[in-house]
Amino acid sequence: MTKLFVDGVEVEVPAGSSVLQACEVAGREIPRFCYHERLSVAGNCRMCLVEVEKAPKPVASCAYPVAEGMKVFTDTPMVRNARRNVMEFLLINHPLDCPICDQGGECDLQDQAVAYGKDGSRFLEQKRAVKDKYVGPLIKTIMNRCIHCTRCIRFATEVAGVPELGATGRGENMEVGTYVEKALTTELAGNLIDLCPVGALTSRPYAFVSRPWELRKTDSVDVLDAVGAAIRIDTRGPEVLRILPRTNEDVNEEWLGDRSRFSFDGLKRKRLDRPWIRRDGKLVAASWPEAFAAIAEKLKPLSGDRIGAVAGDLVDAESVVALKDLMAGLGSENLDCRQDGAALDASRREFYVFGSGIAGIDDADALVIIGSNPRTEAPVLNARIRKRWLAGKFPVGFVGPAGIDLTYPVTALGEGPSAIADAAAILKDAKHPMVLVGRGALARPDGAAVAAAAWALLRGAEGLRADWNGFCVLHQFGGQVGALDLGFVPGPQGRSLGGMLGGGVDALWLLGADGFDPALIGPETFVIYQGHHGDRAASRADVILPGAAYTEKEATYVNTEGRVQRGRAAVAPPGEAREDWRILRAFSAVLGTPLPYDTIEAVRARMAAVNPVFGSGFLTAACSDPAGPAGDPAALGDAPFVPPIPVYWQADCISRASATMAECARVIPPAMAAE
Amino acid sequence: MALADRDRIFTNLYGTQPWNLADAQKRGDWDGTAAIMAKGRDWIVEEMKQSGLRGRGGAGFPTGLKWSFMPKERPADGRPVYLVINADESEPGTCKDRDILRHDPHKLIEGALLAGMAMGATAGYIYYRGEYFNEGNILQAAIDEAYDAGLLGKNAAGSGYDFELYTHRGAGAYICGEETALLESLEGKKGMPRLKPPFPAAVGLYGCPTTVNNVETIAVVPTILRRGASWFSSFGRPKNSGTKIFCLQGHVNKPCNVEAEMSIPLRELIDRYAGGVRGGWDNLLAVIPGGSSTPMLPKAICDDVLMDFDALRDHKTGLGTAGVIVMDKSTDLIKAIARLAQFYKHESCGQCTPCREGMGWMKRVMDRMTEGRAEVAEIDVLEQVTRQIEGHTICAFADGAVWPIQGLIRHFRPLMEERIADYRTRKLPMAAE
Repeated sequence: MTKLFVDGVEVEVPAGSSVLQACEVAGREIPRFCYHERLSVAGNCRMCLVEVEKAPKPVASCAYPVAEGMKVFTDTPMVRNARRNVMEFLLINHPLDCPICDQGGECDLQDQAVAYGKDGSRFLEQKRAVKDKYVGPLIKTIMNRCIHCTRCIRFATEVAGVPELGATGRGENMEVGTYVEKALTTELAGNLIDLCPVGALTSRPYAFVSRPWELRKTDSVDVLDAVGAAIRIDTRGPEVLRILPRTNEDVNEEWLGDRSRFSFDGLKRKRLDRPWIRRDGKLVAASWPEAFAAIAEKLKPLSGDRIGAVAGDLVDAESVVALKDLMAGLGSENLDCRQDGAALDASRREFYVFGSGIAGIDDADALVIIGSNPRTEAPVLNARIRKRWLAGKFPVGFVGPAGIDLTYPVTALGEGPSAIADAAAILKDAKHPMVLVGRGALARPDGAAVAAAAWALLRGAEGLRADWNGFCVLHQFGGQVGALDLGFVPGPQGRSLGGMLGGGVDALWLLGADGFDPALIGPETFVIYQGHHGDRAASRADVILPGAAYTEKEATYVNTEGRVQRGRAAVAPPGEAREDWRILRAFSAVLGTPLPYDTIEAVRARMAAVNPVFGSGFLTAACSDPAGPAGDPAALGDAPFVPPIPVYWQADCISRASATMAECARVIPPAMAAE
Repeated sequence: MALADRDRIFTNLYGTQPWNLADAQKRGDWDGTAAIMAKGRDWIVEEMKQSGLRGRGGAGFPTGLKWSFMPKERPADGRPVYLVINADESEPGTCKDRDILRHDPHKLIEGALLAGMAMGATAGYIYYRGEYFNEGNILQAAIDEAYDAGLLGKNAAGSGYDFELYTHRGAGAYICGEETALLESLEGKKGMPRLKPPFPAAVGLYGCPTTVNNVETIAVVPTILRRGASWFSSFGRPKNSGTKIFCLQGHVNKPCNVEAEMSIPLRELIDRYAGGVRGGWDNLLAVIPGGSSTPMLPKAICDDVLMDFDALRDHKTGLGTAGVIVMDKSTDLIKAIARLAQFYKHESCGQCTPCREGMGWMKRVMDRMTEGRAEVAEIDVLEQVTRQIEGHTICAFADGAVWPIQGLIRHFRPLMEERIADYRTRKLPMAAE
């Protein structure tokens, strides 16, 4: 620890801290543009200049290390002048077009100009003009406004791992861009918009849409990948206008993947906003009572074992528990939440969650990735792995298809499961070994064997201990772990999804289940689709019940590491659509066996009764029992692993309905791997 | 007292003899190099400190002291130590290193070996300016000669010390002459100065301890070590000792590079070596004493100023690289400085806000000042702008860029006001049409 004085206040900071960090500890605000906690220090904006005793010149506090007994002054005439002068320089070539700038109202330059700037300009010359650049369908550039802080360059290079941005030209002619104009090939591009302190990089879909002070801000969590990033949903009236990340150090730090950020326009398209019933082969609009009556009429004569239910990838835990209870009331054990057929052993939580936790990646010292492409399955998590790799001494082994660029170098061990055994060499010397198993690696005939082999690999490397569990399953969507936690899997006599298809059941309740080909459902099976998008499963349905999307309901989700999080309703569901658990509760009354809960608190109490994690919020998945998941490690097949999400941009019913995502899929090379 | 020929270090400054090894050895280069090295690195550093040699690249930092900052032992983690020689001579008005590279390269190479050994460096890099194409070829040929003669490489010059020397050609950016930008460029990155601390002596080239020295600084080392620190320090005033190559140009009768003793009066320097100012001393208007980055001096000061670091600093200018630009009364000083402002605008790397934005601002105001199309009050604005750039950036480029303008305003403000007044009397009737 180093002791120093900031404006006479004694503070103690870790040795090696910067003066800026010490000033923050002392509660002094230091204006800055180029400095960002999660990026390397550039020290070029010169806004953070402070006075240090005995230093002849003002020093850039972001880059200056603290020293014992140092005396720092943040509010002297020298400092005030330096800030004023830097502001003047920044503004001479910055267009004063705040009234038409999308950054207006949330612009660092605007705020700091008011706080630290002069009230006028002495610059009488022509301002610089810079041609706008094309960097992809998500980011709109107005390069006149660029203040050359290089945050975007550093983010792309360091965090996203795509060194495609840079500065060309020198001095006043310096321009930030890709040199050869092209869309950035990253799934984290949206974060550039947040990082840009001015309006040079703004959101293209959000261009000229709204002003920040018109928006209602709702804190929620993302479900479009299994990371469960903390998000803020900005709405105006009934419309979601944008989604921004919030900071959650344990989950997403402050980043957000582009699908999670930009696919919300899919929430306005192809929505199911009223019940429908199939009559004479055609879907016709119906009322809720008509739809319920049609279903009840069909279900009542059936015995429980002829009824099945499948939960989708984006479902909330409340509706899953309601559907499970409804099915139990009907006497059915035919439940499944694994649309991809992943051989996940739900008997113990360690078998299906990301054992080390996402923050645990920072502690890991060797990693083997099996059958997963974390870059497309969870880009934020992949950035965290990259961050760990940048910190050094982090061997990464990869079992999966060749030619995937994960933004960090990997040791390619092989394409198929037989290479898992070779991975032991990677983990040999690790104290905190980690094995990342993609959900896709389990969704194959030998999935159980793959899980068992991965477990055995980690056990061999002593990565399953009370203080460290390196068995990490990476799921793909926000509803998957919650459904497993609630035991939405076949009962002892029940059929799995494969058993229900092809006429295995006479009635099939699909709760947002769009993840499999509906043509596999038997032609005679009566299909109830409850969900929010008219995607492929809805077109097969005999009755459609319109549900709410994740932005429209108070709901609980569990991310891939098993963290129970609450999403909040930012807008109301469209038309006659309703929160899903309420639909199920209402239908149970039509059957005459009402579910025993009327309020969301009661539903949540029921969830906690089914699985205590819903009461406690988060259970660490420390591994006390080395016995592995069901499956014979010797039964591995030969087929190579395939990437489970071939197109990052269009992976679920919301992003498939999004025009923005369609444009991304069209413009950005689909195989990110092409290196 | 003119410097006697026997006291000149650069005996082939004008290329009257071949540059190659055989002739260089006749001139005394590579004489007893191993014996000097046998005295040990501490002796060499101490001798350099005693000699009072100050860096010849412009900043004038004591060379021996700089070398003493290098780690005494090889870093524990096995990192090598590097000597980097800055031959990216781009300062307008300076062409001394060029003559060393093309006419006396062996002085530099021998100096590199001695300096490298004194700081424990295993390898040296000479980063030469891209435009010095032929000079670079000669330098490389001279290095090859030295390797062939066993003067470099393993057991260099029979001293038992291993030292490799490489050349690297720059691409012609002025900023790459800044030591940390030079290191970036040498590493293959964009030439942008690094933040200090850490200083290169701790974290330099490829993250290894590095010292960056100017060509002339290194080239005088062998002679100093051979003839002794006291010989070198006998020239010039205390703290400004030694001999120095001055580049005399502009409105003089015989522009030349000349090695003279430090602290020589400016007038004597010009009259003795450059054949005097064109049209006589009284025709002198101003002199830029140390390359384009140093503020100019009006004739009144030039009359008796001494050419050394401290005397020029007392007049708020500097010795810089000793590129003396003489301007007689035919010179449009405002236009001259405006041209320099244009140069600095073009060469700013664009990293720091004050420099990136300020250079263009100053250049444009100076262009108007040249015409007189400005307000008198704008002279003060211009002055303030230079003050708010100076000292607020990562490297010293911005300081050097604003000093010429400050010098102009300091000494020739009436000229600028007159120009503005002239413009008004000329233009006002037009406005009435």
